[in-house]
Amino acid sequence: MSDFTQVAVVGLGRHYGRRRALHDLTFTAQAGDILGLLGPNGAGKSTLLAILGTLLAPSAGRVEYGGRASADAGSDLRGRIGMLGHDLFLYPELTARENLVFFGRLYGLTDAAAVASAALERAGLAARADDPVSSFSRGMRQRVALERALLHGPRLLLLDEPFTGLDQASSAALVVRLREVQARGVVTVLATHDLDVVDGVLSDVVFLQGGRRVVTGAAGALRDRYRAAMQDGPRS
Amino acid sequence: MTAFLRVAALVVRKDLTVEVRSLEVVATTLFFAVTVVLIFAFGFVREGLAVEGVAAAILWITVAFSGTLALGRTFERERQADTLRALLLAPADRPAIYAGKLAGMLLLMALVEAVLVPLIGLLFQAPILAAPLRLAALLAAGTLGFAAIGTLFAAMLVRARSRDVLLPVLLYPMTVPVMIAGVRGTAALFQAEPDLDLAQFWTALLVFFDAVFVTLALWTFEPLMTD
Repeated sequence: MSDFTQVAVVGLGRHYGRRRALHDLTFTAQAGDILGLLGPNGAGKSTLLAILGTLLAPSAGRVEYGGRASADAGSDLRGRIGMLGHDLFLYPELTARENLVFFGRLYGLTDAAAVASAALERAGLAARADDPVSSFSRGMRQRVALERALLHGPRLLLLDEPFTGLDQASSAALVVRLREVQARGVVTVLATHDLDVVDGVLSDVVFLQGGRRVVTGAAGALRDRYRAAMQDGPRS
Repeated sequence: MTAFLRVAALVVRKDLTVEVRSLEVVATTLFFAVTVVLIFAFGFVREGLAVEGVAAAILWITVAFSGTLALGRTFERERQADTLRALLLAPADRPAIYAGKLAGMLLLMALVEAVLVPLIGLLFQAPILAAPLRLAALLAAGTLGFAAIGTLFAAMLVRARSRDVLLPVLLYPMTVPVMIAGVRGTAALFQAEPDLDLAQFWTALLVFFDAVFVTLALWTFEPLMTD
């Protein structure tokens, strides 16, 4: 599959039995965008990220990656997606280097060891590269997990609550890394509750409530807009 | 095919590395299996003599119980940091992930059975050396059938809240044919005069079950994990 520069969500819906998690969502994200998914718990943010990451099939609608639906693209598409989940996707018994080399090889990188070393250097963890991840602080684990998601040079980066549990310095470092990723033209979709941290980082936002889009638009004054959007309720 | 095997081998190697570091699953499964056999020995061995014909059933009951424990613990590890999702995100054939997890389970259960079989031979006077290759083939075929379905169900249930209850409830009815064939085949080998033809019949039946279960699991793994 060739690289894509746009991800389009078209009439997307997902239900679990009789419960609707997402309903008729439509929006587009371009290369270099950092799109924020904002909303209360249970709004459907993680479900949407799972569908974008091809981990979940939609019940209605589709996601197009540069004009191709995920169903047509197959496993190659997953090689262009990087995902950082709320649970970090790291094996605590393995060292940081072993985790990155394992995932690098899983993504078919021929020089996984060298790529992992470079990633650990970038994360500022070269000195702790051979320590088990279980001995790391939350911030250190988060840095390794972000490098794991970026190891294979994805075109679409999906981040679920990436600022949770991070101190101010770690949050600032994450913002710097996101800017670097943005400069490379990666489409980033980020679900978060940390409105103050991401205000000024996001280029677009989608407010979700009860699986429905409440409002979409450029970022800025997020806290006030969030409050107003949640009071107004979903748009038909 | 090469990519499929490469990914499966990577998953097995990763599982073995993690297990060597923690020894969690091997230690708990072995301890549990030995305990089950000892409890049966207290019930079925009188004055050094075992009740006739119970060894085969005890062997397979222990394999099923300890296998269920190992399946639960192995996938609990993938659940804790949601790493199963990370595996499913990789641009590899998703059935290769299943194959890797299955191979890891088979290695673990082979290790447990290597301890279990001599112990049952010792405590229940079972003639485990009468036809060792046929016994090994029967165990391998039965374990593959059990683990093939078990690995699929354990992966499916990894995000379910009541997974610990649901796994045996789903797994045991589905693997009844494997258990029947395993017990009858092993009983044929544990007779005073081993019935090799009968054992071969049950082994062949187990190979048939294996082919069906592995094919079904490889076919359904991706849709089951994404719906």
